[in-house]
Amino acid sequence: MSVLVVVECDNGEVKKSSLEVASYGSQVAQMLGTTATAVAVGEATEANLAKLGEQGISKVLYDAEPRLKDFVNGAYTKLIAGAAEKESSLVIVLANSNIGASVGSRLSVRLQASLATNVVELPKNNGGQFTVKRGAFSGKAFADVVLMGERKILAVKKNSIEALHNAGQVAQVERFSASLTDADFVDAPKQVVMQDQAGGVLLPEADLVVSGGRGMKGPENWHLIEDLAKALGAATACSKPVSDVDWRPHHEHVGQTGITVSPNLYIACGISGAIQHLAGVNSSKVIVVINKDPEAPFFKAADYGIVGDVFEVLPKLTQAIKELN
Amino acid sequence: MKFLVCISNVPDTTTKITFTPDNKEFNKAGVQFVINPWDEYALTRAIELKEAQGAGTVTVLNVGEADTEPNIRKALAIGADDAIRVNAAPKDAYFVAQQIAAVAKEGAYDVILMGKESIDYNGFQVHGMVGEMLGIPTVAPAMKLDMSGSTATLEREIEGGKEIVEVSAPFVASCQQPMCEPRIPNMRGIMTARTKPLKVVEAVGEGARTEVAEFALPPKKQGVKLIPAESAGELIRLLRNEAKVI
Ligand SMILES: Cc1cc2nc3c(=O)[nH]c(=O)nc-3n(C[C@H](O)[C@H](O)[C@H](O)COP(=O)(O)OP(=O)(O)OC[C@H]3O[C@@H](n4cnc5c(N)ncnc54)[C@H](O)[C@@H]3O)c2cc1C
Ligand SMILES: Cc1cc2nc3c(=O)[nH]c(=O)nc-3n(C[C@H](O)[C@H](O)[C@H](O)COP(=O)(O)OP(=O)(O)OC[C@H]3O[C@@H](n4cnc5c(N)ncnc54)[C@H](O)[C@@H]3O)c2cc1C
Repeated sequence: MSVLVVVECDNGEVKKSSLEVASYGSQVAQMLGTTATAVAVGEATEANLAKLGEQGISKVLYDAEPRLKDFVNGAYTKLIAGAAEKESSLVIVLANSNIGASVGSRLSVRLQASLATNVVELPKNNGGQFTVKRGAFSGKAFADVVLMGERKILAVKKNSIEALHNAGQVAQVERFSASLTDADFVDAPKQVVMQDQAGGVLLPEADLVVSGGRGMKGPENWHLIEDLAKALGAATACSKPVSDVDWRPHHEHVGQTGITVSPNLYIACGISGAIQHLAGVNSSKVIVVINKDPEAPFFKAADYGIVGDVFEVLPKLTQAIKELN
Repeated sequence: MKFLVCISNVPDTTTKITFTPDNKEFNKAGVQFVINPWDEYALTRAIELKEAQGAGTVTVLNVGEADTEPNIRKALAIGADDAIRVNAAPKDAYFVAQQIAAVAKEGAYDVILMGKESIDYNGFQVHGMVGEMLGIPTVAPAMKLDMSGSTATLEREIEGGKEIVEVSAPFVASCQQPMCEPRIPNMRGIMTARTKPLKVVEAVGEGARTEVAEFALPPKKQGVKLIPAESAGELIRLLRNEAKVI
């Protein structure tokens, strides 16, 4: 009956968003009076998996099949379904990532479960009614959703809850085989191409984001964004028109038709704050806007603002950070 | 090849979201509905692939009530050959997926294209459910889709990169930029769309597995704290000591 948590790993490490998912799962387990078991996908090391004890996980199931290193929808689904059967899990928690939500939706059919993606809070379990809060209308609203099925699958949005750190707690790592065959790998990637990110911070996983809009005037000025991002340890992002004209790659485009980010800090430089842009960033904890137009709509959605020229302000900010460090 | 393109009918991206007084439903009053922006990539790419193959059909499918028909006609005007509407309110993703799977099976479609996600409910789940129901692969979200015979090569976006995936039809893919440049209807398209077939069928399968208890709007921001441009460095101090985010 334990709560099953799916943790995504990369280069041996558990992804930060999965530490949040593990913490979410162990708190749900506590609520339901049971334990939390994790199942690992991606490239993991047993030592790092054991550390999931700090997030409240009691046991980690790990299949060392080498082809599980890359995301394969069919194989991941079978592995997790197998783990859910073994643990008789009625609640499964994953990250609301492209991987987590893809697998979650297949699993929901296979296991006849109710599915909620984009979950932003711990569930409520009142009088047998299991309710979760999820984001809807592209960040413009929330919905409390009742999951009617006996089995429930939740995909938790990044940065929605704090990861627990109970120092010294260790999870027991157990080898687990889902008896995968070649047929489970028909959609295995032929090739995996990782982005070469300046400073090595990936946008979907980033806690801090520095973003540029048309006000940056051209790609030749992007070093100002990159310098600030580097000084902060932040990822870089951009508005839609900027990626449409190829000043920046498409994977940096945030907004209603790009990716949604929810970092602790989002710094918008020369972005007007159109409603479609705000939809992708308005769940950021703190928003800073730098724009020369005091009437720019973005200021209404901001916590801090500087009315000024990005070409003057950005170097000053980068300098101030360097002095602080 | 028979292409099936699934479109959802969503509030225009500029819509200010409000709810009915009991907060149980989205307030549709005065709202302009559009084809889900991601689904426009699916539609245009299906038409391009059909044209490149010089044969085949593109069918659009919507699960919705009669008020979605203007957007179904728009999809026909953009270049789909025919349309199917499953006459039912889209109660939840599972309900919608069952309808799509039933239509796909009945019509023996080779390629089922959807958008990355529906911008109203942001599920990112219908495509995975349909793939599982039909026992075929789903590639989501796909940034690129090329076909050679019945083999498709796709680029699937993953966090921090992409995977190159090859699958054979039948399969499901959910589409996003930069797959193609979405087309807009031209005059001739609009004229011919009027007479293209639009079939209405009734819903099948089980009911929904989830239900919205209540909608809520995000809490309002406190208001912006402005820092003079001359003392920009002060912002960094505030971010560290007051907001505690760096
Ligand atoms: C269906 C649809 C979907 C969309 N989806 C998205 C989306 O997902 N993401 C998205 O971003 N957009 C999206 N858009 C586009 C959106 O409506 C806006 O057009 C876009 O966000 C504007 O980008 P921008 O702020 O970079 O440019 P602009 O609106 O041109 O703003 C530039 C800003 O820079 C400021 N500026 C200029 N020079 C300086 C300077 N030297 N110093 C400081 N400030 C300066 C200006 O005052 C201005 O506010 C969508 C639109 C539609 C119709
Ligand atoms: C106010 C309001 C409340 C709603 N409440 C709920 C609710 O409580 N629970 C719920 O799950 N849904 C609800 N919906 C319905 C929702 O709009 C969807 O039609 C459906 O649930 C799938 O949404 P999704 O975000 O999960 O789709 P996604 O999985 O994000 O959609 C992916 C793709 O599936 C296809 N698709 C999605 N919906 C349809 C459709 N209707 N017809 C044809 N193709 C489609 C499109 O290609 C789309 O790009 C509500 C809609 C509104 C406007």
